[in-house]
Amino acid sequence: MKLEDFLYKKSEWLRGTGPKSNIVVSSRVRLARNLDKLPFFNWAKPKERESALVAIADATSKSKFTKKSLFLKMKDVSEIDRQFLVERHLVSPEHVIDPEYKAVVVDEKEIASIMINEEDHLRIQILQSGFNIVEAWNMADEIDTDLSKHLLYAFSIRWGYLTACPTNTGTGLRASIMLHLPALVMTNQIGKVFQAISKLGLTMRGFYGEGTEAIGNFFQVSNQVTLGHRESDLIEKIESIVDKLIKREESTRNILMVKNKEEMSDRIWRAHGTLKSARIITSAETIKLLSVIRLGVDLNIIGGIDRTRLNELFMLIQPAHLQKIEGKLLSAEQRDRKRADIIREKLQE
Amino acid sequence: MKCDVCKIREATVHLTEIINDNVTKLHLCEQCAKEKSQEMEEHFGLADLLSGLADLAPVMEEKKEKSAEVSIKCSACGFTFNNFRKMGRLGCPVCYEIFGKQLSPLLRKIHGTDSHIGKTPAKKDTVGDKVTLISDLKARLEKAVELEEFEEAARLRDQIRELEKKEKKEGKQ
Ligand SMILES: [Zn+2]
Ligand SMILES: [Zn+2]
Repeated sequence: MKLEDFLYKKSEWLRGTGPKSNIVVSSRVRLARNLDKLPFFNWAKPKERESALVAIADATSKSKFTKKSLFLKMKDVSEIDRQFLVERHLVSPEHVIDPEYKAVVVDEKEIASIMINEEDHLRIQILQSGFNIVEAWNMADEIDTDLSKHLLYAFSIRWGYLTACPTNTGTGLRASIMLHLPALVMTNQIGKVFQAISKLGLTMRGFYGEGTEAIGNFFQVSNQVTLGHRESDLIEKIESIVDKLIKREESTRNILMVKNKEEMSDRIWRAHGTLKSARIITSAETIKLLSVIRLGVDLNIIGGIDRTRLNELFMLIQPAHLQKIEGKLLSAEQRDRKRADIIREKLQE
Repeated sequence: MKCDVCKIREATVHLTEIINDNVTKLHLCEQCAKEKSQEMEEHFGLADLLSGLADLAPVMEEKKEKSAEVSIKCSACGFTFNNFRKMGRLGCPVCYEIFGKQLSPLLRKIHGTDSHIGKTPAKKDTVGDKVTLISDLKARLEKAVELEEFEEAARLRDQIRELEKKEKKEGKQ
């Protein structure tokens, strides 16, 4: 398998299916692990970085879960392709900054990926479409257990898995769920939701854009605490809280449809009209409008577009994807044109 | 122009600080600027570590032997506690042992507890770990009883029992 094969293939997590996919885009579980007897990556000397890379590459080539996966050394990957991997959520933005001694292992369906030598020696990630956090945890657990037969992890009975940052110590588990909450935003309930979430040991942040500015009403909810709870309890907790959020968003959508149906419909069709006509468009504007259209699809106001195609558009309109489709480097202005072309084409289909 | 901090030396460094949308202009002499930048570096290191969490200030202030602590060095990797305070990251797994005393309150602040009860890896190298853990838990139990934190005490007692049971079982094998 080659990296190029991913371009026209839809990532599994973008299928737009799975439980509650009208509101939950994806469910992700990440486990942070380190090798015993070696310094954490940022403090390690080149030789130690190299030996961590060699040991983990060897283990992943033996594990039944990863032996058929694509193995990429970050330094062998071009600048655009690194960005491409970031846009597909297969590596973190930090992982591409200083590529020496770093690698990523990706399975064919892009569900499981392992970053090697990020802040921790291993970051095992499972990314699923829809509200599937339990399944994601089970898969991550299995892969982790299998790898731990081939590698000696840094582990203490008292503190659990030892990580570079004390915010990950213990289980090393971060479960994140990406939600689309336009109704809660439209009705000004989102501020309260943020407050409530932070009191429950979870964090919430806008998915696109900087800081709390959430473009397109996409939010990510994650567990904050990683130590002192069983993994299954952490997963159960985030699942039950997100379940409440989903119900709140659903009931608010229903109320909006009863009370403000015409305004809603007007807003959604205007967004559709803009995207179908635009000749130059930035990614921020695109995400805003696609969010509105996604709501229109969920509420059956717009027919004939499925969620998979919308999810795919969210992916394709990003800079590295546009440039890979075009097959060459594009300036920001050129990208805004190319983006508008692709959107018109995809919405015409 | 005189330095804003010491008001003695000539200001040669001009800084703009933005805190919560308030823009402050600072004119400093070289020496005060140096101190300021050190303060900012430490501040940001910890802010990064604890982003979104309750602030660490009380924990840090509790420490009286501060200067002795910052110079503690990990015997395995050479990382110092001062490095940790600046970067918010540890050097190696052994650092956890070496800085254990300083890390415990921090871990409790972040996670509400400082003991793991989740998964354990298939392969383990934890010689002596359990013994230290049990004696450590016992010390904490005593303290909890002393402070009349009975809920915590009950939790610790169960944890000790479970560990001792496990140890017996493993000893028999
Ligand atoms: Zn001065
Ligand atoms: Zn160390």
